[in-house]
Amino acid sequence: MSGTITKVSGPLVVAEGLADANVSDVVRVGSQRLIGEILNMTGDRASIQVYEETSGLGPGALVETTGMPMSVELGPGMLDNIYDGIQRPLPEMRALTGDNITRGTDVPALNREKKWDFVPVAKIGDKLVAGDVLGTVQETSAILHKIMVPYRVSGELVRIESGEHTVTDVIAVLKDEKGKEHELTMMQRWPVRIARPYTRKYVPSRPMNSGQRIIDTLFPIAKGGTAAVPGPFGSGKTVVQHQLAKWSDVDIVIYIGCGERGNEMTDVLMEFPELKDPRNGEPLMKRTVLIANTSDMPVAAREASIYTGITIAEYFRDMGYDVAVLADSTSRWAEALREMSGRLEEMPGEEGYPAYLASRLAQFYERAGVVECLGSEDRQGSVTAIGAVSPPGGDISEPVSQATMRIVKVFWALDSSLAYARHFPAINWLTSYSLYLEGLGPWYNEQFGEAYMKNREKAMHILQEESELQEIVRLVGQDALSPADRLTMETAKSIREDFLQQNAFVDEDAYSSYLKQFKLMALVLRFDSLCREALDKGANMNKLFAIDARERIGRAKTVDVNEFERVYAEIEAQMQREIEEVIAGGEDA
Amino acid sequence: MLGRVFNGMGQPIDGGPAILADAHMDINGLPMNPAARAYPAEFIQTGVSTIDGLNTLVRGQKLPIFSGSGLPHAALAAQIARQARVLGDNETFAVVFAAIGITFEESEYFINDFRRTGAIDRTVVFSNLANDPAVERIATPRMALTAAEYLAFEKDMQVLVILTDITNYAEALREVSAAKKEVPGRRGYPGYLYTDLATMYERAGRRQGKKGSITMIPILTMPEDDKTHPIPDLTGYITEGQIILSRDLHRKGIVPPVDVLPSLSRLKDKGIGVGKTREDHAGTMNQLFAAYSRGKDAKELMTILGEAALSDDDKLFAKFADEFERRYVSQGNSTNRSIQETLDLGWELLSILPRRELKRIKPEMIEKYMPKEQ
Repeated sequence: MSGTITKVSGPLVVAEGLADANVSDVVRVGSQRLIGEILNMTGDRASIQVYEETSGLGPGALVETTGMPMSVELGPGMLDNIYDGIQRPLPEMRALTGDNITRGTDVPALNREKKWDFVPVAKIGDKLVAGDVLGTVQETSAILHKIMVPYRVSGELVRIESGEHTVTDVIAVLKDEKGKEHELTMMQRWPVRIARPYTRKYVPSRPMNSGQRIIDTLFPIAKGGTAAVPGPFGSGKTVVQHQLAKWSDVDIVIYIGCGERGNEMTDVLMEFPELKDPRNGEPLMKRTVLIANTSDMPVAAREASIYTGITIAEYFRDMGYDVAVLADSTSRWAEALREMSGRLEEMPGEEGYPAYLASRLAQFYERAGVVECLGSEDRQGSVTAIGAVSPPGGDISEPVSQATMRIVKVFWALDSSLAYARHFPAINWLTSYSLYLEGLGPWYNEQFGEAYMKNREKAMHILQEESELQEIVRLVGQDALSPADRLTMETAKSIREDFLQQNAFVDEDAYSSYLKQFKLMALVLRFDSLCREALDKGANMNKLFAIDARERIGRAKTVDVNEFERVYAEIEAQMQREIEEVIAGGEDA
Repeated sequence: MLGRVFNGMGQPIDGGPAILADAHMDINGLPMNPAARAYPAEFIQTGVSTIDGLNTLVRGQKLPIFSGSGLPHAALAAQIARQARVLGDNETFAVVFAAIGITFEESEYFINDFRRTGAIDRTVVFSNLANDPAVERIATPRMALTAAEYLAFEKDMQVLVILTDITNYAEALREVSAAKKEVPGRRGYPGYLYTDLATMYERAGRRQGKKGSITMIPILTMPEDDKTHPIPDLTGYITEGQIILSRDLHRKGIVPPVDVLPSLSRLKDKGIGVGKTREDHAGTMNQLFAAYSRGKDAKELMTILGEAALSDDDKLFAKFADEFERRYVSQGNSTNRSIQETLDLGWELLSILPRRELKRIKPEMIEKYMPKEQ
């Protein structure tokens, strides 16, 4: 089935004579057989978005439809790998075509030659339904890949093979009710634009531990939740995303570099194999899938990369894993959408973005969630979606930020003024929010007692008050404040500098366990309550603020994991002693 | 090609003979496979304290200079081109300079500077002046980058590419886009400006298994000094940081007028520290930033309320901010400071502050490097 090109405009190609093709079919364009997808059809005219550079194409060239929707290959071999936006493995492309990406390269997503050791779980005679586990493959040292019965297939298991197989070998045969036999392989395909099915969805109730103090303590995200990280350039979006990819307590991380810098992807590629997961000591790369569509790669594939990523995430979720999808940046994805929409000559909505921007964004984020997976076994998995947003000029009144804010439950607003002062992570504590607090509260209370959330509230209150007091200071100066207010300002400064600031590049500080966060916050707030008592007893304010223990609080966050409980107790004792000395010294000594 | 001057379409205009081509390459280039990139991590000493000490440049980075009309960005770029070197390294170094729609005088300034310092022998110049056709302007940076790719990845050279001025390039792109009757995006620039700029900027970098590298310093003038204008905005989202020049500092007579706080080098953390610069670099860098930021806040407060309203600490911070601008930032266009000098100067300035405020530096470092009080 083939047609001919009548028009080429950037990544958009219009072809005639494709009456039998359907919308969202994958097509091959021109003699270089570039990969494209049909966006819309009028009669036998198809508008095609081509995922590769189209220069050199012209009217008259052939277009061939494959009759299949845009799909990904799912099976062993995805972890520890790096793909482009339409799931072509980049290392293998490099071996084939050199350091640059040439056009029309056709490489299967999953290596067809590599053999995996398949260990059957199901037994002959078992009645299986879609989602049931046939067997397992130890894909990497960190992850056990479960091979599941694909969607819409069920029946009695009549044959199952163990041992070394490639992804295309038949490893099991199912006989359905009508007596028809289905041959199953370790690989399945799934169209990227359709969410994978599940049995039931739940409201998220467990937090995702990110090891980042401002996130875990002030604005937590739930497993299966959605979050956005907006910020102008240079405010540290990518570092926040990297930190989440490194330290989140999920089983699988899908990192989508969508229209961002090539060197950032290289950074992940070089760094992740070296870093160890704090929970099991395995290299982080063993649980990571990278999707890289850097800004110099074709714009249409950028649009697809988000879907490729979330589909792979859903596949791992179906195995019962907790998965995090990090997309950096959804603004580039929206811009790709805008570019295609402009070329299709659609009626533009706000700022030239297509009118369906908000619904597309919502569709993406709605694919996150905690679900009960298909299959007869009780299995729960989750997909957590975190998207970076790059608003032009840092102004979040623009359409992509606004549409995102309406959907996501957690909002970590990055602030350039914090970044300039090198306060990292530059998440603004006044404008950020998390709507999961209520849902997660019971979990925190169960783990650490009610003090955790009480301390959080107190800290937020102090920070809030500080911003009001700063207004006054700006007008009339610091001397106009009462000692109690001065103390609030001092404590707020301590919360900001000693608790919220976290250096991603210092090993002891990059990851904070819940317990360490809890103790550190308690320590900072202890200073506040002790000083308040002391001020009531008439102690000298300036002396209170200058006690030596404060320098130790300032360094407390970098104390080693194994020592912090002892050290914090020491600091607290020292602080108590010094404050008592100041009280004894009285008002003016 | 080295030592030659070409026009925006790659024809020689220096009166010399035509080039005997070794290789013909497509100037549009191809996207680099992210799996083939090598991460930039080698420190480049530019001799400029605000860059070396605070916004470190590394090999393979793309670090633009955001400037404004009338600010001395040309002097800074020329200074970097002149002084840049990798510590303890004797590899061949080349400069590719692309003049994009700039005036004759500006272009001559660079070429003369290269001639004067002898740098011209290792420089390739592509020159598209303000009165050359705008369409050529779109090809000029691509010519330059293709030449740079050839020198870096075929001839193993360390190439520094200077593109000036990207604003003119974007304007030419807009002109052509309007002529093609395309739907305009923000401020009339085409919707694909981001992608277009990215295909140029992303050609900087290093590749695994190749010795050469391309480091890029694009210069752009921000219309009305507005950082949120589409050109600097989109550039900032693609490049690995930015050096911003400030009109205020320029008026104060500070040379080069680098506005330290909003400037940033994203790759600095990989290029500094033990074995690259010095172990105390990261800590002092963060401390200088934080202290300067607080000092500037204090100074602002002082102008409203007078000096009496400041706490003793804040007074010290204000003093620090002044000294920092006067001694650290303002070094002149001919001073070439080694990284050791830069770091030591940082310590000297930090000694103004009370020690308990130096929370970002490890205590061992303070013991080791803080100048002893007389």
